[in-house]
Amino acid sequence: MLRYLPLTGHDREAMLATIGVHSIDDLFADVPEAARLDGPIAGLPNHMTELAVERHMTALARRNTVAGEVPFFLGCGAYRHHVPASVDHLIQRGEFLTAYTPYQPEIAQGTLQMLFEFQTQVARMLGTDVANASMYDGSTACWEAVGMARRITRRTKAILSSGLHPHYASVAKTMAKYTGDVLDTAVPDLSSDMDLDRLIAAIDDDTSCVVVQYPDILGRIGDLQPLADACHARKALLIAVVTEPVAMGALKSPGEMDADIVVGEGQSLGVGLQFGGPYVGLFGCKEKYVRQMPGRLCGETVDADGKRGFVLTLSTREQHIRREKATSNICTNSGLCALAFSIHMTLLGEAGLRRLAGLNHAGAVHAAERLGKVPGVRLVTDRFFNEFTLDLGQEARPAVRTLAERGVLAGVSLGRLYPGEDALANGLVVAVTETTTKEDVEALATALQEVLA
Amino acid sequence: MTINQSGWKPEMSAGGTDAPAPTFTGNRALMLEEPLIFEIGSTRTTGVDFAEGDVHHDRLGDLTRKAPIGLPGLSEPETVRHYTRLSRQNYAIDLGLFPLGSCTMKHNPRLNERMARLPGFADVHPLQPVDTVQGALSVINQLAFWLIDLTGMHGVAMSPKAGAHGELCGMLAIKAALEKRGEGHRRVVLVPESAHGTNPATAAFAGFAVEDIPATADGRVDTQALEARLGPDVAAVMITNPNTCGLFERDLKRISDAVHAAGGYVYCDGANFNAIVGRVRPGDLGIDAMHINLHKTFSTPHGGGGPGSGPVVLSEALSPFGPLPFTERHGDGYITLVEEETAGDRHPDSFGRMTAFHGQMGMFTRALTYILSHGADGLRQVAEDAVLNANYVLRSLEGTLDAPFAGAGPCMHEALFSDADLAEGFSTLDIAKGLIDEGFHPMTVYFPLVVHGAMLVEPTETESKAALDQFIGALRSVAERAKAGDKALKTAPHFAPRARLDETRAARKPVLVWREPASTPASSEAVA
Repeated sequence: MLRYLPLTGHDREAMLATIGVHSIDDLFADVPEAARLDGPIAGLPNHMTELAVERHMTALARRNTVAGEVPFFLGCGAYRHHVPASVDHLIQRGEFLTAYTPYQPEIAQGTLQMLFEFQTQVARMLGTDVANASMYDGSTACWEAVGMARRITRRTKAILSSGLHPHYASVAKTMAKYTGDVLDTAVPDLSSDMDLDRLIAAIDDDTSCVVVQYPDILGRIGDLQPLADACHARKALLIAVVTEPVAMGALKSPGEMDADIVVGEGQSLGVGLQFGGPYVGLFGCKEKYVRQMPGRLCGETVDADGKRGFVLTLSTREQHIRREKATSNICTNSGLCALAFSIHMTLLGEAGLRRLAGLNHAGAVHAAERLGKVPGVRLVTDRFFNEFTLDLGQEARPAVRTLAERGVLAGVSLGRLYPGEDALANGLVVAVTETTTKEDVEALATALQEVLA
Repeated sequence: MTINQSGWKPEMSAGGTDAPAPTFTGNRALMLEEPLIFEIGSTRTTGVDFAEGDVHHDRLGDLTRKAPIGLPGLSEPETVRHYTRLSRQNYAIDLGLFPLGSCTMKHNPRLNERMARLPGFADVHPLQPVDTVQGALSVINQLAFWLIDLTGMHGVAMSPKAGAHGELCGMLAIKAALEKRGEGHRRVVLVPESAHGTNPATAAFAGFAVEDIPATADGRVDTQALEARLGPDVAAVMITNPNTCGLFERDLKRISDAVHAAGGYVYCDGANFNAIVGRVRPGDLGIDAMHINLHKTFSTPHGGGGPGSGPVVLSEALSPFGPLPFTERHGDGYITLVEEETAGDRHPDSFGRMTAFHGQMGMFTRALTYILSHGADGLRQVAEDAVLNANYVLRSLEGTLDAPFAGAGPCMHEALFSDADLAEGFSTLDIAKGLIDEGFHPMTVYFPLVVHGAMLVEPTETESKAALDQFIGALRSVAERAKAGDKALKTAPHFAPRARLDETRAARKPVLVWREPASTPASSEAVA
């Protein structure tokens, strides 16, 4: 029995008769003889019961170290936060989970209103005028922002901060090879400050945009206003990248510092770690650039009876209308993750977001000061939100592996992110959230001291 | 807005009729109106409790966020109610047949959801040491091998985030392969008129120039026109099979051979792979790259617009150019990740990285669960039942609606109709909106572009015969009304949460975020 297929043998016979053919093979008559498979593909197993599949998958799941079961300090673009139980319950309501992109707005107001609320929440968090209905993730949103800046400025030079997540920079490098954009890139150094001065010095009349991450890959923060001013003096755009949206409950938003486009990774709220995906890209910008935005946009309107309602709008930017002239090829985005983000944000509210951010920061400050006292360890970053960088005085990567064997997931070694960059090899990026306990920090400090000795 | 104003007086039904008067709330029994969170929440309210403790220690420098953000909160009970009420304004597969052609709205098994939520998959960080994520890497690796075997291809790139991202992956691999051959000057990509809009958009996004290829009268690619256009400037052909008219491209192997002979590559849009899975291997048709929408063929939920997942299978010629990262299984069963660090040795021709981390892991878990549940025999049955259901719809309705390609033979997984026989002034849109009143999500409308007023019906294999019969009856009824000129159809839907929405107004003066109404000071407290 195949539990997801409702047709019976009798149904199939009756339907073939209605169609007027003798067998199912007649319906595949257009397939060339040489390409027809006579039976199930050899070497692959046949169907399994629900119980058997559950056993198979559970056995695979057990072979992973679960973040919540050990002292855990990884960040660098994906953060472990507590997600209230109601979030996962609500996103599993079939009316959200099993709906499609809201092409028929009369019977999709639930998704559309949620998207309108999401867009407003994201815009307010990032400090932008508007935001779209989500992108795949932060890294692809970042590249889309570079493309958008190219279209707006009609220039092709993009200056990437050395503090931009190296995977985000990699995505941009991949795409730039084929689009003709010229990237000015650098790797970070183990210092306490962002590379704002380098960025300002690099801006010229060919520059379409500067891309700066805030807080950056090492956890550092800085005032983006002078950078925004320098960009605008040369008619270039400032793109800010936020990989930890919880920071927006404590830190001045990039929009408040006059960034033109702010993109982000929304995974921290509602979504969970999930080994890297699916996540949810955030994309906000100044209102004057809205027609160059990629992705879906939900807008308010009224119905024929004058009642307020919501629709997907400005779709003349999009691939299904504009085809090769579209602002992006994106179609399916990250709707359900956007819903999870939005529900979590609604549960928090501004007061909750600020409190959550405060707890993250306080925990990180405590951990930074404690870990900075481990012999041989130096705290590199002195201003940060919930993530900071340590110089271990020796290569961090083997230390991380040894710590993992001892049951402590210590953080992300810069050697993993920047292989071959010897100057960074001793760096360890440590993230602390509200899920990190003081005992976790002690466990890391103790184990680190032993491993480094 | 439906929050009632004070001073409201109940109306009586006029003149002793039974017609209902408006309600106090604006609700109609189970049809509940719901305001925006900005209208009911407060920035001081939070539905989350936190540990006690001071948070004064400050290493934020002078970057503390001081200005109000304007994010309303709701208590947990209010939050649950808000989103539950919103959910009830959505149509969904769980409610009924969802025949969106090309979108493949099939049942989403809940086992898949449960498996994706096992802590060993859901609570694992993408940058954990590979020793600690062998199970997660195994999921990726096992799914990769299923996709390779089911398609008869050589390799697979797992990281693309959705179908369009997968298209981009395939086209970048083609570009990298051409450059390696010293033929980076090939800039033209040929795309049939009937293609999804993502195809030309992707080709342009990857830096190619797009040219259209016409369709024949029987709804397929014009092979002769295509072959005539091949030449030293053509990089690739993007072709959908089965195509968006719901037909198998009979000449695909011949096309592939011709494109290869002319030095180009064949990209296949695999959005409709569900029609042939287990019955045909695209690799046997000579294609070089094809994305597989896990959210279509392998039933990961659409979620109201994603997340999707778009792994791309690659031919032997293109595999060396696929993206980073990927998994590599060694003889002892240990799995490593090939990333930037080892790419120089293991994968020197890779075009690079397309996304942070490793792709849509949560979708891989669901898709693998789905695939194991069906097995090789069940997946073949999936394709057969999907095609059977579509042909049953086609033959049941061809006497009612114009079916432009039905005379030439069977369809695959979707049935295509046109607006040819409707009364003056009636359109495909009216039929779609009429179906809403019948309790169905409409089919895909006005796509593909090669058919006037197209209606593309994809029932999928997870519909019972009884469900199909009810849908066929409903569509026949609505179509007859459109042919007879029933004016009530022009204002349908009448029973949905909203009547037809003014999309022109939405686009002319876009309102994309909520703003405080200037004239209602009372509500400003809500987000002070």
